[in-house]
Amino acid sequence: MILFDAVTKTYPKATRPALSEVSLEVERGEFVFIVGSSGSGKSTLLRLAIREERATSGAVLVAGRELRTLPDRRVPMLRREIGTVFQDFRLLPNKSVFQNVAFALQVIGKSRALIRQTVPETLRVVGLEGKEKRLPHQLSGGEQQRVAIARAIVNKPTILLADEPTGNLDPATSRAIVELLDRINRSGTTVVVATHDHEMVNEFAAGSSSSTPGSWCATRPTATTARRPRQSPSFESMRATRTPRMGPPMPGRPEGSADAGRIRPR
Amino acid sequence: MRAGFVLGELGTGLRRNLSMAVSVILVTMISMYLLGLGLLAQRQVDTMKDYWYDRVQVSIFLCVEGSQYAACSGKATTPTQREQIKAQLEQMKPPVKEIFYESQADAFKRFKEQFKNSPLAEQATERAFADSFRVSLTDAGKYDVIVSSFSGAPGVGRVQDQKQLLDRFFAFMNAVSWGAIALSALMVLCAVLLMATTIRQTAFSRRRETGIMRLVGASNATIQLPFVLETLVSALVGASLAMGLLWATVSYGIGGYLSKALMDTAFIGMTDVFAVAPWVVGGVAIVAVLTSWFTLRRYLRV
Repeated sequence: MILFDAVTKTYPKATRPALSEVSLEVERGEFVFIVGSSGSGKSTLLRLAIREERATSGAVLVAGRELRTLPDRRVPMLRREIGTVFQDFRLLPNKSVFQNVAFALQVIGKSRALIRQTVPETLRVVGLEGKEKRLPHQLSGGEQQRVAIARAIVNKPTILLADEPTGNLDPATSRAIVELLDRINRSGTTVVVATHDHEMVNEFAAGSSSSTPGSWCATRPTATTARRPRQSPSFESMRATRTPRMGPPMPGRPEGSADAGRIRPR
Repeated sequence: MRAGFVLGELGTGLRRNLSMAVSVILVTMISMYLLGLGLLAQRQVDTMKDYWYDRVQVSIFLCVEGSQYAACSGKATTPTQREQIKAQLEQMKPPVKEIFYESQADAFKRFKEQFKNSPLAEQATERAFADSFRVSLTDAGKYDVIVSSFSGAPGVGRVQDQKQLLDRFFAFMNAVSWGAIALSALMVLCAVLLMATTIRQTAFSRRRETGIMRLVGASNATIQLPFVLETLVSALVGASLAMGLLWATVSYGIGGYLSKALMDTAFIGMTDVFAVAPWVVGGVAIVAVLTSWFTLRRYLRV
């Protein structure tokens, strides 16, 4: 679903690369945490996946498209297959909950009938029924993030990317948000969450390992070009590999195997 | 992209950015009004040319006692000379169409009548006028035939062509109209810069919205359309107001006042306004779309 092969990203005028020779593979239906401290390149990784930025070198494949060569006019179609959630929610303050979610469908030309049907459904999924008419400032942080998640999934994307989705939330609310993301993942959406919060990931991994058909495994930390650690971003990924809803488990990748090294240093 | 949604967003955008929209409307209105005035002034010149060139006459002034014309050497034209000139003119039909004889006394009377509101009428004396033949032509361009046959002929003081006088007047009118068009070009530049600034401002104040649109995969056209439409609507409202002003100017200024005050000439009318309006409004639409397109390419990341 997402494949990074030896991807390097150097921002203009930057002295060191934000990502250096990073490789990563996310299968369809997986739930992957990308864990790393601030500045380790997590956000850059996600920005590359939605073609907000172009990689300096290496190949980025998302939903069957090579993003480095994808022409600009095809980018909107790519982004319709990817939902995106951020730490700061990015809701429109003058629109209600319903309008914020509907906006995502309106701007891609969906019919009013479809919007009237899909938006309440999606708000139910994220647990916001009855709050359709509220404005963002009348909601708690957790509720605002649920609106943002609803907006990200309302067009039924195959991939959901979340960049520090719990960064502004307290631990209990964070847990609830991660559980919501887990629920979305169970319905077949590939979910990638970037976070610096080790504890939350461990707790979630421990809590869900017994209840999910997949398994959790922490990949080893990946200090890429480890000679000067401060200058080389590093992060690790933690994943729950679920059996895809369609088709048998991937051959050669038995469930529960320590599938380390998905993010491979080079 | 649904039309209802687009129109709704357009309305919200214009309401939220009202002062900007009003400034674009006003600047467009003034520039297009000036441009319209310039274009109409040129049409006025053409109208007057058509009207007057049919009526221009060549005047052959004769000599009177103590005439100021050098060719007369101070002697009056004899009746024989006068008859000779008349006969020669009769032979020249066409291009000569009609011949009137105007005596010194008639000329003085006509002058007094024409300038009755001016202090000139008090000061003028009959002695300053001369007898003349007034010759109208079938073709105003053929006046030089008359000039070459009669200047210097015995008894002729001076041959004067009214077309030369008119041409001087028309040249003046032309200069005025080009001045108005040049001014309006400056104003159009102002309007373009203002539109560009407005779009930059709006793009900045809506970066949150456009950011979300990009994230959820809205097409570039969808993201840019509200900006283009807002600029286009403001500019078109401005241009329409300008055409309204132009209509009022022609209807009340010319139709209601000038044409009654100066009965003796032809003026442009409503048809001229309707002839100019589509070009001006169409031009404004093109300028607005091009300006917003160029500005968006620079200032709105899609």
